[in-house]
Amino acid sequence: MPSLDDLKKRIKSVKSTQKITKAMKMVAAAKLRKAQENAEKGRPYSKKMQNIILNLTKSINDPNNAPRLLVGTGKDKTYLCVVLTADRGLCGGFNSNICKLAKSNFKKILSEGKDLKIITVGSKGLDQIKREYGKYVIKKFSFKDNKQITFKEAEIVGNEVINLFNQNEFDKCILFFNNFKNVITQIPQAQQIIPADNKQANVTEESQLSYEFEPDEDEILEDLLPKNISTQVFKAFLENAASEQGSRMTAMDNATRNAGDLVDKLTINYNRSRQASITKELIEIISGAESL
Amino acid sequence: MSEKFTLEIISPDNLIIKTSAMEVVIPSFEGEMGILKGHIDLITFLRPGIIKITDDTEKNFFVEDGTVEFSNNNLLILTSTAKELKTIDKNELKILLDDAETKLKEPEITDKERYQLSYKIETLKNISL
Repeated sequence: MPSLDDLKKRIKSVKSTQKITKAMKMVAAAKLRKAQENAEKGRPYSKKMQNIILNLTKSINDPNNAPRLLVGTGKDKTYLCVVLTADRGLCGGFNSNICKLAKSNFKKILSEGKDLKIITVGSKGLDQIKREYGKYVIKKFSFKDNKQITFKEAEIVGNEVINLFNQNEFDKCILFFNNFKNVITQIPQAQQIIPADNKQANVTEESQLSYEFEPDEDEILEDLLPKNISTQVFKAFLENAASEQGSRMTAMDNATRNAGDLVDKLTINYNRSRQASITKELIEIISGAESL
Repeated sequence: MSEKFTLEIISPDNLIIKTSAMEVVIPSFEGEMGILKGHIDLITFLRPGIIKITDDTEKNFFVEDGTVEFSNNNLLILTSTAKELKTIDKNELKILLDDAETKLKEPEITDKERYQLSYKIETLKNISL
């Protein structure tokens, strides 16, 4: 049985932890609103960009001459995985969920006898991945110092990917990030960005229009595809930022509640043992008086 | 019958403008291009220049690059660099201009880049006048 003093100290420490988690929750909530807004504002751009590319893809007659960013290298040997995580912890399962998805993919890729290359963005993901897959990591980014993620950061990552592609360093590129659905639900996702995924093409079949191109299709595609890579990376950044704050808010909300429960339990314990010691002292006094 | 069509300018992090317009002039890569209602469906991309929107009032945007899609009387401009002319401040212009000029002097730029940069400088000079 811990002494009264110990209990008192524990209650105090839990209470101060609760204060911290509560403050973190508030901060996350405020940041979330902004991040969510940004993510929602960013969606139309990437969606429309994807649409234009789909329309362009349809009007390409000669797939052999199409840009490689669109159709791929024709091989299926080396995979580049870009894993986007946060730079900070204390956000529930946010980082672990991405890493879990990424790791299961890594395993699959390696078990099929293919080569794996990894780029990490954000330090938390790197920490989790380097234990098992450290030797595959070829590049790591961290934008810890930037408060607000802008298109520039996305372009840095996007250009790196394109550079590596042009040097024939990989055949396929997959992006891992958390898709922000709502505050409570974030879905880790793997999105293939090179070659452009044509699976969604069938969905927008009704938009089959014949376009006039100026200059011709190839030139537009050449200009558009690298931009699209950065756009997709940027979209992933925004979704990730919103997810991180959402995840942290829920995690900290839970932590605050748990701390409250713990304080209640400890207080009851404290009161009981205080009562017990008083009763004990009383009994001692009474029995002492009786024996006189 | 109205002679207007809808116009959207979208940047990666914002919807810059969504409006109706009578005529829009865009600095397309191969030259300036005026778009009226009923234009044929079109995809093209931009070089640095001014997007001129004519409606009841006139609005001008400075862009460096972008992609344009016109379909079903809906003009969509995707760009990461659009700035409304009224809101750009002079110092910013000067920085952009200086940047472009130093870049143009670098020997290893491609013809395409040189083409774009020269338009950028020209446009910027016109604005700052």
